[in-house]
Amino acid sequence: MKWPSFLREPFVLDDDQAGRRMMPSPEGVMIELRLASHADRLLALIIDLLILNGVLILILLGFVSMLVIEVNPATVGTLYILLTFFVRVGYFLAFEMLWQGRTPGKRMMSVRVVDRQGRALTAMALASRNLMREVEVFMPLALLLSWQGNDQLSFLAALSWLGVLVSMPLLNRDRLRLGDMVAGTWVVRTDRKSLEEDLTAPQQAEEVREFRFSDAQLDVYGVSELQVLEKLLRREESPRKDSAVSEVCQRIREKIDWQDDGRSIDSSAFLRDYYAALRAHLERHALFGDRRVDKRTLAARFAKPAEAEHGTDGA
Amino acid sequence: MAEALLHSYRFRRERGDGWQELEALVQKVDSAGLKSLTAEEQLRIPLLYRACVSSLSVARSLSLDANLLQYLESLARRAYFLVYGSRRGFGPLVRNFFVRDFPEAVRQAAPMLILAAFICVLGAISGWALTLADGAWFEAFVPLELAGGRTPDASREYLEGILIGGQTSASGYTFFSSYLFAHNAKVSMLCVALGALLGLPVLFLMFYNGSILGAMLAVHTSKGLGVPFMGWLMIHGVTELTAIFLAAGAGFHLARAIIFPGRASRLGALAQAGRTAAILAVGAISMLVVAALLEGFGRQLIQDTGVRFMVAFATLIFWAAYFFASGRGSEVPLAPWLVDGHRPYRESAA
Repeated sequence: MKWPSFLREPFVLDDDQAGRRMMPSPEGVMIELRLASHADRLLALIIDLLILNGVLILILLGFVSMLVIEVNPATVGTLYILLTFFVRVGYFLAFEMLWQGRTPGKRMMSVRVVDRQGRALTAMALASRNLMREVEVFMPLALLLSWQGNDQLSFLAALSWLGVLVSMPLLNRDRLRLGDMVAGTWVVRTDRKSLEEDLTAPQQAEEVREFRFSDAQLDVYGVSELQVLEKLLRREESPRKDSAVSEVCQRIREKIDWQDDGRSIDSSAFLRDYYAALRAHLERHALFGDRRVDKRTLAARFAKPAEAEHGTDGA
Repeated sequence: MAEALLHSYRFRRERGDGWQELEALVQKVDSAGLKSLTAEEQLRIPLLYRACVSSLSVARSLSLDANLLQYLESLARRAYFLVYGSRRGFGPLVRNFFVRDFPEAVRQAAPMLILAAFICVLGAISGWALTLADGAWFEAFVPLELAGGRTPDASREYLEGILIGGQTSASGYTFFSSYLFAHNAKVSMLCVALGALLGLPVLFLMFYNGSILGAMLAVHTSKGLGVPFMGWLMIHGVTELTAIFLAAGAGFHLARAIIFPGRASRLGALAQAGRTAAILAVGAISMLVVAALLEGFGRQLIQDTGVRFMVAFATLIFWAAYFFASGRGSEVPLAPWLVDGHRPYRESAA
């Protein structure tokens, strides 16, 4: 399920650097994982609890109506006890087993449970992970809800129990809850990224390129600025984008000292050409082991006294 | 300055089809499950995955196109879990569990089980001795609703009536056993889970339950009903208490992994113990099903103390033989580094 962006954006940090983990694959390539944020997981849990309790209420209604039509009460009671027990205990376990580590709530928040060392999730890992939910959430919660109002101390004890265990994911860098520690799992994001058109595709043909840049003009920016420019060019068409494009174009022209002989130029075409030229330039340098991170390192290298501190935010 | 085609662009044009094909397959599994794949598609996936991973590694050094990199990272990640993270079928899982995993886990955690049983017996002895010495202790151990009138002041006839009498209708038995099962299963799950809080609550729980048992026993022995009471208790109690000991033992097993992690990291040791604990918990719950049946049906239908003891003895022999013998000598882990407890790689690529 795809959430509207105004709901998603406050929760999902696209560049959640603290949540990046590299996991070695048997092929010897590091696979990048992104840990689910706390908000993702809390929302997933809330959705799951809503569904679970909805189902339990439906079951209750079903059995009450069976009593109304006078089925043997002992049979109804037996079935009710067994069914609610298995639904309550089995909900998380069954979904995580059948859907590869995802419950309906996790699916909606696009996160899933995976083994911390990248192996297959075993049924036992999932069982132990969900057993722990009992002490982490359900039991202290039940204690709180059944509190009669005469014993301050046990209320505080239950509250702090709930507090400590629920905030466990906040207290370690891998965002593990107690169940994850016991099961050897963690929860990661499962976003899909789509492959968009290469921005340099039109520029591959010589005759399309309108603007030519000298090496000195390309030595100004590094990879970081290149990718900011890419992000800008990939934005959806809008008046805001147009104004940003012309502004950035203006800035780059100043910075690289572009001589346009008084002609008015198409900002968008200029930026596309500059992007293609800069990427080719930087990739060539990277191939020879010179990875140019950003403009600051370059400014230090090609220090021209007047320019070293100029323009900190630009493109 | 004449520019050649960008390397990264050419690279993408050459490899792109494979990525798209892999993405379509991963997408298909995501929405329709592994079974939706044809045989050829299943064979294609590992090949495409390897090509994708190699592309990723090339792209990381070659391409500065952020969108392309993110795409490959996410594709490789999804395909990785498809290739290495999928599980075997359900049937062998269940069979292996009962034939091998469960008895194996019991043997592995045996010292902890004995510890749990020992503490329970300790509780029972103290409950028994204190109640015998002074009936007032009874109330301290046994909650009144659990005692159901079986207090030190109860008459011998009343106590005997409970041991021999009981419900009459079959549906009454099923209700009673399902209630007991759900209750005991919750308690044993709690026992396991509380183990992760260093096991102290489990220690307390075992001792407390033992003392309830001891106090009840004292009430009956003081009226000369010790043997019938044991028969009444043990016909299902052998199975039920063993299951509870297993659960508590699993809790201690977890606690031990946290306190004494050995060579592994604390987190690794906990993850390894967690697997054993989960096996014990699931096994204990299955045993509780048996116990509930014995309690709900067996105890009500068999009224003779001698026969009750025979059933109890038979279950004891059965469980002992099962735990000692089943699945012995099967599969040993190939290499220690494939087993849990080894520190997972952690590297933040800055």
